[in-house]
Amino acid sequence: MTTNKNQIIINGNNFSFEQGETILNVARKNDIDIPTLCELKGASPTGACRICVVEVKGAKALMTACSTPVANGMDVMTESPDVISSRKETLNLLLASGNHNCAISGAKDWTRFQLNVCKEEDNNEELCPSWGECKLQDLCFSYQATGGQYQQNRTKYPAELANPFIIRDFSRCILCGRCVQACNEIQVNEAINFGYRGSDTKIVAAGDRPLKDSDCVFCGECVQACPVGALVEKNARYTARPWKTEKIKTTCTYCGVGCQIFLHIRNNKIIKVTGDATSSPNYGSLCVKGRFGFDFVNSSERLSSPLIRKDGELKEATWAEALNLIANKFSEIKENYGGDSIGVLTSARITNEENYIANKFTRAVLNTNNIDHCARL
Amino acid sequence: MTNTIADIEKADVILVTGSNTTENHPVISSFIKRAVKFKNKKLIVIDPRKIKLAEFADIWIRPALGADVAWINGLMHVIIKEDIYDKKFVEERTVGFEQIKEMTAKFTPEYVEKITEIPADKIIETARLYAGAKAGSILYCMGITQHTTGTDNVKSLANLAMLCGNLGIEGGGVNPLRGQNNVQGACDMGGLPDVYSGYQKVMLPEMRKKMEAAWDVPVLPDKPGLKATEMIPKAHTGELKALYVIGENPLVSDPDLNHAKKCIEKLDFMVVQDIFLTETAKIADVVLPSKCFAEKEGTFSNTERKIQRVRKAIEAPVQAKEDWQIISEIAGKMNYSMRYENAEEIMKEIASVTPSYGGITYDRLEKEGGIHWPCPNTEHPGTPILHVGAFPIGKGVFNPIDYIEPAEKTDEEYPVYLTTGRVIYHYHTGTMTMKSEGLNERAPECFVEITNEDAEKYKLIEGVKVSIASRRGEINAIVKISKKAVSGTVFIPFHFANAAANTLTNGALDPISKIPEFKVCAVKLSPL
Repeated sequence: MTTNKNQIIINGNNFSFEQGETILNVARKNDIDIPTLCELKGASPTGACRICVVEVKGAKALMTACSTPVANGMDVMTESPDVISSRKETLNLLLASGNHNCAISGAKDWTRFQLNVCKEEDNNEELCPSWGECKLQDLCFSYQATGGQYQQNRTKYPAELANPFIIRDFSRCILCGRCVQACNEIQVNEAINFGYRGSDTKIVAAGDRPLKDSDCVFCGECVQACPVGALVEKNARYTARPWKTEKIKTTCTYCGVGCQIFLHIRNNKIIKVTGDATSSPNYGSLCVKGRFGFDFVNSSERLSSPLIRKDGELKEATWAEALNLIANKFSEIKENYGGDSIGVLTSARITNEENYIANKFTRAVLNTNNIDHCARL
Repeated sequence: MTNTIADIEKADVILVTGSNTTENHPVISSFIKRAVKFKNKKLIVIDPRKIKLAEFADIWIRPALGADVAWINGLMHVIIKEDIYDKKFVEERTVGFEQIKEMTAKFTPEYVEKITEIPADKIIETARLYAGAKAGSILYCMGITQHTTGTDNVKSLANLAMLCGNLGIEGGGVNPLRGQNNVQGACDMGGLPDVYSGYQKVMLPEMRKKMEAAWDVPVLPDKPGLKATEMIPKAHTGELKALYVIGENPLVSDPDLNHAKKCIEKLDFMVVQDIFLTETAKIADVVLPSKCFAEKEGTFSNTERKIQRVRKAIEAPVQAKEDWQIISEIAGKMNYSMRYENAEEIMKEIASVTPSYGGITYDRLEKEGGIHWPCPNTEHPGTPILHVGAFPIGKGVFNPIDYIEPAEKTDEEYPVYLTTGRVIYHYHTGTMTMKSEGLNERAPECFVEITNEDAEKYKLIEGVKVSIASRRGEINAIVKISKKAVSGTVFIPFHFANAAANTLTNGALDPISKIPEFKVCAVKLSPL
């Protein structure tokens, strides 16, 4: 700490920085927590929500940490009384901006209302579907913002339910713009943007048409980016609260990109799929198939038993019957016509381990190199 | 891919050809779109359809179907003539430059225009843009490979990349985008007729010896086996008696389906192992239920050669088994013991016999998240970029390649070209995606994409079903007038079994890779 070049002070401690970094970057690098709402990794900062404000010595007003570049010698306080009171005020305004009832205390039977989320089937539309995984709710808890000081705004825009995947509930939208950035700067599908002005502001697609009639390709990046309950997966809504599901990290089963995903599991069923924001190659991004195309797993059409053709029809059989028949037939054909009269089509869908076993079986047991898969198709 | 997905954003110029990236690899398409929109990178799209990505491109050029060797040679012609190739790279790292110079001499922009219908000045402009990049990345997909000249097309792209020194560097590369979750892994693991795992050739006695010892068998067969597209016709001639199909659906995915079905019906015995009763399973002798990806442990290798874990999240339907278990049990009944505790134990064996997977362990995958092969030992960090400093064979070899016409041309009876492909909402033969109501709502049925001009010409009406016929068969599909189409060519996705585009496609194969020419055939359109 001998030289003052490229040094700033945060909460009384010196830190070095690189040109072009924001206050938020430097703080995060040094494990100093500054809360954010509208900030989206990989997109340009907008400073829209003003939750990340910090006090900079000598500045007339509080500054947004996400969009303020650091300058040499800057002296920053991230949790000063002014900062805390500003954030609390911002949160109270956000709570009043729409249908955000989870933090507002004082109402009659509020506790019972809140505890509804613990019920097995709580699909009470009054309780936000994002209860328990909402950034606004978390921040209100942290800053003890209870709302109620301002009159609650009722949106004039009805929720959009007219597509198979995404519910847009404008009553719960805080206009942070994360979805707009996710769509335009991360996926670059350019389907949604801010529309109208002032208190009429709304996130719109293609001149305020439903998503299904816009350029939207239902990648769901906006849903994953939404910090509140304004954008939720249609099929997952009210199926299970987040603390009742188990998250398993795995690799997507569709194309060759190999997106890293979380399967959200409840009662042996996939409830929803989200992208793992911390892993390459996709860093949280997914496509419509990866995010919404998992119904096949629990489909009632899944094969449930071995089948053997008898009298021209496929009929249920035991594993022992099926495997014995296959082993006998393969042995017989190999004996009579040689291994090269048998072919194996292994699969681009199964694991490496399984493909290796198919390769070993074909060559070592059937004694042929007739193995291939659909790489060409 | 020679390079990684993240590397795409590091290229100065991205050349995408034969890849409808926004529909087939949507997440990769975002890397390309971001590079163009926010990082000031240049994009060249070369595709017979005006695909979505073309809207982001600095240059979109439209070659005639099956004319890829011609435009690639044309680019090289200009780059050599204007002396803007990477001399240092060519001199130090390649052989055969004189031959490529000789071959491309006749591919003047004017000559190329005649073959490809690409204006000569666009060839020059494109050549200058690609050659001018410090790092240029080529991304391609089945629009390049699914031709009778598929191998030629790929080799030509490699020639172009070498000429401009775009291999072994960040942001460069020749990058095939692989279509299926583990198509890379199936190839890596010896799911090919001529190689064991890690591309160790069955023809080489030392490789056979090694595998004979590892697998404890006296003699392994020495001649390469049949490719998938060769097996089916051999069933017709009776040379192939039995087929064991694991998680494939050739009765929708193969070319010239009417013929393929006739061939398969001639088999004495067919086993299909799958998660659904597919079109192929319906005519099998034995059907076995498998577990799906969410029900088992294992690994997939993605398009950038990265080995990543697959983890069990739920219990499978009671009777379903893992594919490796089923195969091992059949082996046991054929008096060959294949006993494994779990997938991890199989990976240990893979690592022990596969040099490029030598350093792969589940412990490492857990800690490191994913490892790019080649990774020869447990200390090796993996290889995100191939060919840095040298090629595996030493110097890169230029392959002089001449242009050959596609196997089928339009004529009076079949006046329109058909090219097939996919849509974003479905996957391959639809066995999985068509179980999702939402995906079906977005893409409910087969369609034929056509220009307004052609629709008028053949008296076709938007949204109405028409007949599309080739020399091999006929299907009916809904007319979809689209700005993506180019007059003279229609596009049909092949996902839909009830209007299978592969009823129409040509079974003509590339002589080396045996890939069918899905991207070019001649059809006629008529109102029903």
